[in-house]
Amino acid sequence: MSQPALLLAFDAVLLATLLALALAAVLSPEPRRAVMLFIAFGLWLSLVWARLHAPDVALAEAAIGAGLGGALMLAAARRAARAARSNDDEAAG
Amino acid sequence: MTQTSDRARQRAQARAQERARDLSLLLGVLLALLGAVLLGLYYLALDGGAAPRLAELALARLPESGVGNPVTAVLVNYRAFDTLVELAVLLAAVLGIWSLGPAPPGFQRSGAVLAGMVSWVVPLLIVASGYMLWVGGYAPGGAFQAGALLGAAGVIVRLAGDPTAGLPAEATQRWLLVLGVLVFALVGLGLMLFGAGFLTYPPKLAKWLILLIESAATIAIAAALAAAYVGGRPAPSKAAIDDYGSDSSP
Repeated sequence: MSQPALLLAFDAVLLATLLALALAAVLSPEPRRAVMLFIAFGLWLSLVWARLHAPDVALAEAAIGAGLGGALMLAAARRAARAARSNDDEAAG
Repeated sequence: MTQTSDRARQRAQARAQERARDLSLLLGVLLALLGAVLLGLYYLALDGGAAPRLAELALARLPESGVGNPVTAVLVNYRAFDTLVELAVLLAAVLGIWSLGPAPPGFQRSGAVLAGMVSWVVPLLIVASGYMLWVGGYAPGGAFQAGALLGAAGVIVRLAGDPTAGLPAEATQRWLLVLGVLVFALVGLGLMLFGAGFLTYPPKLAKWLILLIESAATIAIAAALAAAYVGGRPAPSKAAIDDYGSDSSP
């Protein structure tokens, strides 16, 4: 296979996985799982940015979109789960 | 009597379910329409290639901008006002988070293994952040990436058991949070005093002014991101921190 064809195949895999990760993150019913899929999506997206010759955006996406955004959303999911649990306890008790 | 009320409740439930389904269907259709419109716009933008783009203009004026990296030149020189307002947005986000109330308790103190890893990773992140800030002048990098790395150091410190995420007491923390907007605005106003426009750097000074602004922005962004991860107003005193610090959530 020549190089352009290989690159095209690589891009196709990249895009298909990106879309699959995005769909999985949106359709996941459980917040914690959705956040983890979103982090994976962010890291994958930074690969796509790097492929588009935009290393600045790739760096920002990996650091802010996947890293810190993911940490913030994980904390939010944890707090939401805890709030839901204490609500359930109140309703039961 | 109870039967009829049961039936009424069931009917109400079914109605609510139907309404929720209709709403999600409507949202789906609207989002699909939005996606189609965006796709069309992107296609038009890609197709209209013959017209001169801004990129050539930006590259042509790069030697006057004081930095060698076109992205940094756009962010802190050509469109400095946008970046100033972006920093203000981050500040507003932290104000919103602080208005939610006091910070939730931190995590339990980490064990020896995690503590050992943290004592390696955090200095590494700080050095990497400084490098990212400096390299932004001529290669990919810059204040936002550097601030994110420094903020990540704060997140790791909080995960390892320090409830303040390594941030100082509230009074100092406020200064750190506003530092980016403050320095940016002061530089702009100072330039106005000396006869240039707001944030129009003279080419000789541009490099140092940009470095000054980027350093302040890095610290402010890092403080804002770490404060966002803390998730509330910092505890007022050391005694209160000691009260908070013993939560055992995983």
